[in-house]
Amino acid sequence: MRQGSMKWRYLKQGIFLWVVRIAALIIAAALGGILFFIFVNGIGAVDWTFLTEPPRDSMTAGGIMPAIIGTVYLTLGAVLVAMPLGVTSAVYLSEYARSGPAVRFIRIGINSLAGVPSVVFGLFGLSLFVVYLDFGSSILAGSLTLAILILPTIIGSAEEALKAVPQTFREASLALGVSKWQTVSRIVLPNALPGILTGSILGIGRAAGETAPIMFTAAAFFTTRLPGSVFDEVMALPYHIYVLATAGTRIEETRPLQYGTALVLIALVLGVDLAAIVIRSYIRRKKRW
Amino acid sequence: MRDGDIIVTQDVNFYYGSFRALTGVNISFEKNRVTALIGPSGCGKSTLLRLLNRMNDFIEQTRVEGKVLFEGRNIYDPEVDPVEIRRRIGMVFQKPNPFPKSIFNNIVYGPRLAGGMSRTDLESLAERSLKQAVLWDEVKDILGQSAMMLSGGQQQRLCIARALAMKPDVLLMDEPTSALDPISTAKIEELMEGLKKDYTIIIVTHNMQQAARVSDYTGFFYLGRLIEFNRTGKIFTTPDMKQTEDYITGRFG
Ligand SMILES: Nc1ncnc2c1ncn2[C@@H]1O[C@H](COP(=O)(O)OP(=O)(O)O)[C@@H](O)[C@H]1O
Ligand SMILES: [Mg+2]
Repeated sequence: MRQGSMKWRYLKQGIFLWVVRIAALIIAAALGGILFFIFVNGIGAVDWTFLTEPPRDSMTAGGIMPAIIGTVYLTLGAVLVAMPLGVTSAVYLSEYARSGPAVRFIRIGINSLAGVPSVVFGLFGLSLFVVYLDFGSSILAGSLTLAILILPTIIGSAEEALKAVPQTFREASLALGVSKWQTVSRIVLPNALPGILTGSILGIGRAAGETAPIMFTAAAFFTTRLPGSVFDEVMALPYHIYVLATAGTRIEETRPLQYGTALVLIALVLGVDLAAIVIRSYIRRKKRW
Repeated sequence: MRDGDIIVTQDVNFYYGSFRALTGVNISFEKNRVTALIGPSGCGKSTLLRLLNRMNDFIEQTRVEGKVLFEGRNIYDPEVDPVEIRRRIGMVFQKPNPFPKSIFNNIVYGPRLAGGMSRTDLESLAERSLKQAVLWDEVKDILGQSAMMLSGGQQQRLCIARALAMKPDVLLMDEPTSALDPISTAKIEELMEGLKKDYTIIIVTHNMQQAARVSDYTGFFYLGRLIEFNRTGKIFTTPDMKQTEDYITGRFG
């Protein structure tokens, strides 16, 4: 009886292990498949001209340079806004707020924000930034909208990074008669910085890939002009793909351009994520506590 | 209250939430003496120590009753600035906790933020503090290196030097040697001897021999109460209370 139940236990464990392995394999295969598919279909379209020139002939030829520039502006703008805001919120939540209903409420708010579909952010940005504040469809409106979208990611990762700073550092500083604010700014924040940066970079990746939030707030269908100010519209990579794939009259003809654009976007996002991973592992190796 | 007392507690109760960790504690600490706090784990020694420089302020849902007089002034009065108190009453923790900075920057971290010191001031302060903590000879050539590279015993002496650099009047030490080997422990006990003339030291220790060796006065705590307080010699030879005797002879705890 005992022997039997042991065997059953081993068997169950074995089955479970295989289920997990297969699940992981499927995910890896799906990811690899998508990347491979886009690479194979897109690499033919990508060359120097594609990266450095604007579209021609009703966007059936030429390059995607304005969209690359636009996406870079939008995401940088989003991070420039979301990082100070997000880090400040995280510092408040992790260092200052005393646990209670107020903090619970804020947390619920942040978590809900993370779950909102991105098109809702787009509509929100449209009504607040584009229409009400009269920024028009612009880099400013798009960046602010994307900033709200990535705020929960940045708050979450910053909070985690702050919590990872050993409590003993805070105590050591406070016990020296150093004020709370100085302790936070001189000890806690510098030690949390790598984690905060990683989270923000991941936020960049997220913002770069979104279509819906910028569709109504920033993205131009087509422009060869580079933006002159934050109130100008820009092309953007995800929106460009969307436009080519749905709105043109020659959708089939422009397939290579669509894949090429997708490839550039993915390379950009993966590149940024890779940078985050490199920074994190570099800092981890340097840090000893 | 004796004349030379620098810190006196009056009927102090302390609560973590609804749990009372200290009950009716009346104890006084004489200036330029070493006072040891002993007692079994969980009897409230650390709680009392952290009460003396308001480090318990950072723990949520705690409450203090009674008075803690530092040079005659109640440090729990609303108009008292706890940051100022912590500058004058330094603390060394059980586990060495240097910052991930250079040895030099560990020492001058507090004074630099307090302000008003030139680079040369800071350098001589660092040297003085490290000498007081008997660490100078070991680190004088590697002041720019990370404090994390030092051994545990060296780190703890660095933490002592860091506390001394604030020029406090009182040094609180919470089992400062319990994480260290016997040689490092001996070094710290030695340096405490040298500090006595300039500082008032209050040390929590688990180690009876240590209390007997380093302290002038000893307080024995049990379940949040001060059971007995007297000259160390008296406590370790002819204690008044049966509980004290049982504890120091190892019959419980
Ligand atoms: N942060 C805390 N929250 C709740 N209870 C605590 C906390 N710190 C200590 N205590 C309790 O207070 C009592 C005294 O603890 P402590 O002062 O650390 O004792 P000692 O230093 O003598 O070992 C113990 O019962 C302990 O469990
Ligand atoms: Mg303790």
